[in-house]
Amino acid sequence: MMDAVARLGKNTLDFLASFGRASQFLAGVLVGVPKPSVGLPLLLTQIYSVGVLSLVIVVVSGLFIGMVLGLQGYTILSDFGSESAIGQMIALTLVRELGPVVTALLFAGRAGSALTAEIGLMKATEQLSSMEMMGVDPLRRVIAPRLWAGFLSMPILALVFSMVGILGGMLVGVEWLGVFEGSFWGNMQASVDFRDDVLNGVIKSVVFGFVCAWIAVYQGYDCVPTSAGISSATTKTVVYSSLAVLGLDFILTAVMFGNF
Amino acid sequence: MAQRTTEIIVGLFVLAGMGALMFLALQVSGLSLAAAGSTYTVYADFTDTGGLGPRGKVSMAGVQVGSIESVELDRDTFKARVTLSINADVNNIPADSAAMIRTSGLLGEQYIDISIGGDLESLQPGDNFYTTQSAMNIERLISNFASGR
Repeated sequence: MMDAVARLGKNTLDFLASFGRASQFLAGVLVGVPKPSVGLPLLLTQIYSVGVLSLVIVVVSGLFIGMVLGLQGYTILSDFGSESAIGQMIALTLVRELGPVVTALLFAGRAGSALTAEIGLMKATEQLSSMEMMGVDPLRRVIAPRLWAGFLSMPILALVFSMVGILGGMLVGVEWLGVFEGSFWGNMQASVDFRDDVLNGVIKSVVFGFVCAWIAVYQGYDCVPTSAGISSATTKTVVYSSLAVLGLDFILTAVMFGNF
Repeated sequence: MAQRTTEIIVGLFVLAGMGALMFLALQVSGLSLAAAGSTYTVYADFTDTGGLGPRGKVSMAGVQVGSIESVELDRDTFKARVTLSINADVNNIPADSAAMIRTSGLLGEQYIDISIGGDLESLQPGDNFYTTQSAMNIERLISNFASGR
């Protein structure tokens, strides 16, 4: 009995310590931005590997999710004879919810895990400590560009996801199932508000990008420098990012659309 | 990869993001780049506005001619006072026209449709609509029907 209580206490303390280390780490990275002449090329390389290379999976999933929404929405809405509201349904679902959330989940799986594994391997092969030996701060040189790249890429990816999804929904709804194109776009434009829907979606994706990138680089930086340690850190990145994204999504949705 | 290629690809990536934002703004949410043209204000009093809200559309013969500024309760008459802003180029609405609240489709948004009158005088800025028709309320319809009125 006392053992269980002790374990609970130890786990809580461990969690708090790890959260504290993560926050210290974050503060160090955010403050330690390298000079633009050095940092910008590093940042661009990271945006390429984190953002541009994730574009394919984001576009393909967005297309399919939009097409599925079109099909499902049509089946439900045609029961009420209001299949012209399909554009509104697809656009609101994508822009408010699915765009930011699914992109963040894909991002955690595609880019977050890669970031963790890369940094973890750098730590395991002592590249990070040799950088420190040479007087180069690994936080600035390695971590900061990756964190900022994730932070900047995520909103772009989410916007592309929503756009492709809406086009995919149009493909199914208008081209295949024969919803009138004018009412598809008209209903959508009447119900989607730029500030309340589109910009709130962007804010969500900024938050998710920040959280996913933070978790990914921290797990890599903090991992046990063995192959088993790297593998468990990579798993933790995906699990923690997904949970954080879904939990934060509920909070953000409640604040943005909850009307209280 | 050469730094230059990376720069170009990242530039294209950012452009794709901006393009998607423009698409969502213009095509999906119907934000118009053209500055809102000049408008004038007229008022209409309704006994029941249903779910009418600001930013709703005002149309004549199905063509949008303006939008709803605000919906407020008039505390003297206990009617809803709706402020409409009408595009300035539609300046010849006959003074005896009627404003009615309609619903687009079965589940659609509510909007105000202006039914054209025959008066030679036209509505001036600040005028009130003389005749209005409130939102159709299905519950009231059913209760009227049930009580045989």
